[in-house]
Amino acid sequence: MKDIIKLVSKNLLEPSGLCDHDLHKVMDKLLDKKIDAADIYIQCQRIESWVLDDGIIKEGNYSIEQGAGLRAVVGEKTGFAYTDDLVLQQLNEAADSASKIAKAGRKGREFIASSEDIPKLYPSINPLTSLHENEKLSLMLELDTYARKQDSRVKQVSVSLVSSHEEILILNDDGELVADIRPLVRLSVSVIAEQKGRREQGSSGGGARDSLDFLLNKNRATSYAKEAVRQALLNLEAVDAPAGILPVVLGPGWPGVLLHEAVGHGLEGDFNRKGTSAFSGRMGEKVASSICTIVDDGTIENRRGSLSIDDEGTQSQNTVLIENGILSGYMQDKLNARLMKMPKTGNGRRESYAHLPMPRMTNTYMLPGESDPSEIISSVERGLYAVNFGGGQVDITSGKFVFTANEAYLIEKGKITTPVKGATLTGSGPEAMNKITMVGNDLELDGGVGTCGKEGQSVPVGVGQPTLKLDELTIGGTAK
Amino acid sequence: MNELPMDKLKGYAETILDEAKKQGATSAEAGVHIQKGLDVGIRMGETETIEYTNDHGLGVTVYFGLRKGSANTSILSSNSIKETVAAACRIAKYTSEDPASGLAEAELMAKNPRDLDLNHPWSINPDEAANLAIECENAANEYDKRINNSEGASCYTNENLFVYGNTHGFLEGYPSTKHGISCAVLAGQDDLMQRDYWYTTDRISSQLQTPKEVGKEAAKRTVARLGSRKIKTTSCPVLFKADIAPSLLRGLFMAINGTAIYRKASFLLNHLDQKIFPDWVDIEENPHELRGMASAFFDNEGVATKKHKIVNKGNLKSYILDSYSGRKLNMKPNGNAGGLRNITIQNTGQSFDDLVRDMGTGLIVTEMMGQGASPVTGDYSRGAAGFWVERGEVAFPVQGVTVAGNLKKMFKGLAAIGRDENIPGSTKTGSWLIDDMTVAGD
Repeated sequence: MKDIIKLVSKNLLEPSGLCDHDLHKVMDKLLDKKIDAADIYIQCQRIESWVLDDGIIKEGNYSIEQGAGLRAVVGEKTGFAYTDDLVLQQLNEAADSASKIAKAGRKGREFIASSEDIPKLYPSINPLTSLHENEKLSLMLELDTYARKQDSRVKQVSVSLVSSHEEILILNDDGELVADIRPLVRLSVSVIAEQKGRREQGSSGGGARDSLDFLLNKNRATSYAKEAVRQALLNLEAVDAPAGILPVVLGPGWPGVLLHEAVGHGLEGDFNRKGTSAFSGRMGEKVASSICTIVDDGTIENRRGSLSIDDEGTQSQNTVLIENGILSGYMQDKLNARLMKMPKTGNGRRESYAHLPMPRMTNTYMLPGESDPSEIISSVERGLYAVNFGGGQVDITSGKFVFTANEAYLIEKGKITTPVKGATLTGSGPEAMNKITMVGNDLELDGGVGTCGKEGQSVPVGVGQPTLKLDELTIGGTAK
Repeated sequence: MNELPMDKLKGYAETILDEAKKQGATSAEAGVHIQKGLDVGIRMGETETIEYTNDHGLGVTVYFGLRKGSANTSILSSNSIKETVAAACRIAKYTSEDPASGLAEAELMAKNPRDLDLNHPWSINPDEAANLAIECENAANEYDKRINNSEGASCYTNENLFVYGNTHGFLEGYPSTKHGISCAVLAGQDDLMQRDYWYTTDRISSQLQTPKEVGKEAAKRTVARLGSRKIKTTSCPVLFKADIAPSLLRGLFMAINGTAIYRKASFLLNHLDQKIFPDWVDIEENPHELRGMASAFFDNEGVATKKHKIVNKGNLKSYILDSYSGRKLNMKPNGNAGGLRNITIQNTGQSFDDLVRDMGTGLIVTEMMGQGASPVTGDYSRGAAGFWVERGEVAFPVQGVTVAGNLKKMFKGLAAIGRDENIPGSTKTGSWLIDDMTVAGD
C-alpha cells in the first residue's frame, strides 16, 4: 500500500505542485467546523476507446478526467464540493463550500500514523499501454473477419475496445492517506445477421481489472465474436415468447442479474436506514428459500466488480447478504454504517470525484447448491430456460423487478426445445426468492461487462449464480 | 454565481483549433463547456445534502484527410489543450480512412445566431433551496395520512455555458440555465409499500410548478398505487399516460436514427415516405422554441437547426441525420447531430378521461421498467404498472405485469392521442391509446 500511496501522490499531486502536507492543510480547513467526518478524494482517470464498424476502425477517443471531491458530514447531513483544478486555492474554496453544512466549532482530530497493509487484487498497471496500438487494432480487425467468416448471414459487425487507468488518493479526517490504482479493460462484439429479410442482433463481451492481454489469453476475444454470431443466428430462428406465468430455469453466470435486481439493491444500507426498501427491518427474517445463500464479494482477484479498497478507503470484503434464506447483512458505506451502528462493509462507491459515495454492490452472486443442471431442466414439464440477459431494473420499495432475456428457450416435457424471442421477465424480490426450488452445482461468474446505475451514477459490477429454478415468474411475451 | 466567461471559452476553442492545425490536422472541431450549480436535498424536514457542482470540459476531433481522432479532458488549461490535441492526433494515426468522415459542409453552418431565451440564472442560496424542498415534502406529507415515509425532496439550479467551433471558421456558443424541484414519498407498510415521485424543471425558476404542487402530485401518485395487484394475462387496449408516452417516441427515434439506418439495424429500414402511423399523426421538431428544454440554433456540428416534420400525415418524412450518416446514405444532414430538439405530436382532441371511456376495458400504464425495446426488430416487452379499466371506469391499481407487442404494429395501431400534456420537457405529447397489446400477469 505504501508504494502505491507514494506513486499515486507523485502522479496526482506533483504535476500541480502539491504535496501531502497541502492536503492535510485543506483537511484542517474542512475540520474547522463541528463535523463528524470528512474526506478529500482525488482522482485521475484515463480512458482510451476504439470502435470498429463497417469493417474499419471508425473511431478512437482518449479522455482524461481529473479532479478532487471534498466532503464534510455532520449527523445525516453532507456538504459536498468538487473542482477539476488541482490547485491549493480551488481545494480551499471547495473545502469552504463543503464545510458550510456544519456549525462553527471544531472537530477533535486524531492521527493514525500508517494504514494497515491491504492486499492488492489487481496489478498496478496502465492497461492503455499494455498493448501497442497496432496490436489493439489488428485484434479488432481480426474479430471482424472472424465473425463474418462464421456465417454468410452475418451482415454487420461492430467491436468496441475500452481500457481505463484510474488512480485515486483519499485523505480521511483521521489523517489516513490511502491510494489505489485500478486497471479496467473491456471488449464487446455486436453482430447483425439477416435471413429472408429478417434481421436480428447478437452480442457478447468480457473484461477484467487487468491488462489487455486478458482479452488475448485463452482465446477470449475470439470466443466473444463466436458467441455474438451464435446468438444473432439463433435469434433468426426464435419464435414469440409465451405470455403469463411459467416455471423458469435461469442459466449460470450473467443471469445473476436477477440477484442484483431482485435482492442486491434492496440490501444497500441507505435504503434500509431510510426504511424505503422492501427488505427494510427484516434482518434475521426468512426472505428467500432456504437453499439460497447470496454474497457480495469485492475481493475476487481481477474481477470487474472488485476493489482493493472502496472509494472511502475501506478494504473490500466478502459480505454474506442472505444465508440459507435468512437476511443476514446489508452493504454499507461509512455514513450509513455509522448511522445504523453497523460495521462498514467496503461498499462505499462513487462514479467519480464529482459524485458523492453511497452503498453500491461489487460482485453479487449466489453460492452453488446440490442439483445437477440437467436434473433441473428435466424437472420442468413446461417452462422457460433463459441463459442470457440484457439489463434489468428494480423498484426497491415495492420490490418489483424486471429483466430482459436475450437468449431463451422453451422447456417442454423436461427438454430444451425452441428458441424464443427476447422477453421481459418480472416479479417481486422477496416473493421470487422464495420460489427458488432448485440450485445447481455449477456456479459461474459473468464475463466482466456489467455496469450498474443508481441515482445517476454508473459503476462497474459483477454478478454470478449457478443454474436456478424458480417455480413461477411472469414472462412478458406475446404468444398465447 | 458569477457571470460565466463566454469570451474566455471562445478563446479556448480558438486555441484548440490553432493547436490542431499546428500539429498537422487538415481540419478540426472543438467544444468547450462550463457548468456551475447548487443541488440541495432534504429528507424528513432536514437538510441532507448540499452539493456545489462545478464541471469543466473540452473536447476536440481532428481530421487528417479521411482519418479522425478525438480526445477530451476535464482540465481547462493551455497545457491540457496541447496534450489533448496531441492525444487526438495520435488516435488519428491509427483509425482507418473513412470516405464519409469529416466536418459538416461549410455552407450548412448556422449563420444567424438566435437568442432562444435559455438563460435565466436563479440566485438562490442553500437555505432558500432547502426551504423550498421542505415545503414540497411537507405538502406531500399533508396530502394524505397514508404517506408515512419519504425519500426526500430536492431543489437545484444549474448554469451552463457551451461553445463549439470548427476550422470552417464557425465559432458560436450560448449560456443556458436549468432549475428544478423534485420529491419522492412512500405510503403503506412492509411488503405493501409503494413509492412514487414527481418533478418540475424549467429554464426559468418562476415557471416551475410550485413546491406545493410538486409535493401534492408525488403524494397523489404514491397513494393511488396502494392496493396494486396483478391481472390475468390478456390482450387489450393500452393507454400510456402522457408523461411516459415520450418513451414510445424514443423507440421511433432510435429506429430512424441515420446510424441505425445505414447499419441496416432498424425495423424502419426503407420506410421513408411510407405510412408508419395513422393519417392524423404529425410529428415535428422545433429546435427554436423559446425557453425550450432542448432548444439550440446550431447542432453538435455547427449545422443550422430548423423546424421540420419527421412524420407528416402518418408518413415518415425524415431520418435523424448528422453529416456522417448523411454521407453514408447520400442525404443532406438535417441539423440533428446530437439528437432531436423539442418534439411535438398532433393530438386527436380527447381529454384523458375521454380516452379512458373510449378504451372501455383495458390497461392504463403510468410507469414502465426495463429496456425491452429493440430498434432492430421493433420487438417490445417492458415491465409496467398502472390501473385496470373496466367499462370506461378505473377499477383498481395494477403492478407486476408486462406489456408486449411490436413497435411497428403499435404505431399503426395508435388509436388516439389525448389533448392532455406531459410535464415540461423536450417532447410534448398527450396520452397514447394503442388498440391492442399483450399484457402478461397471472
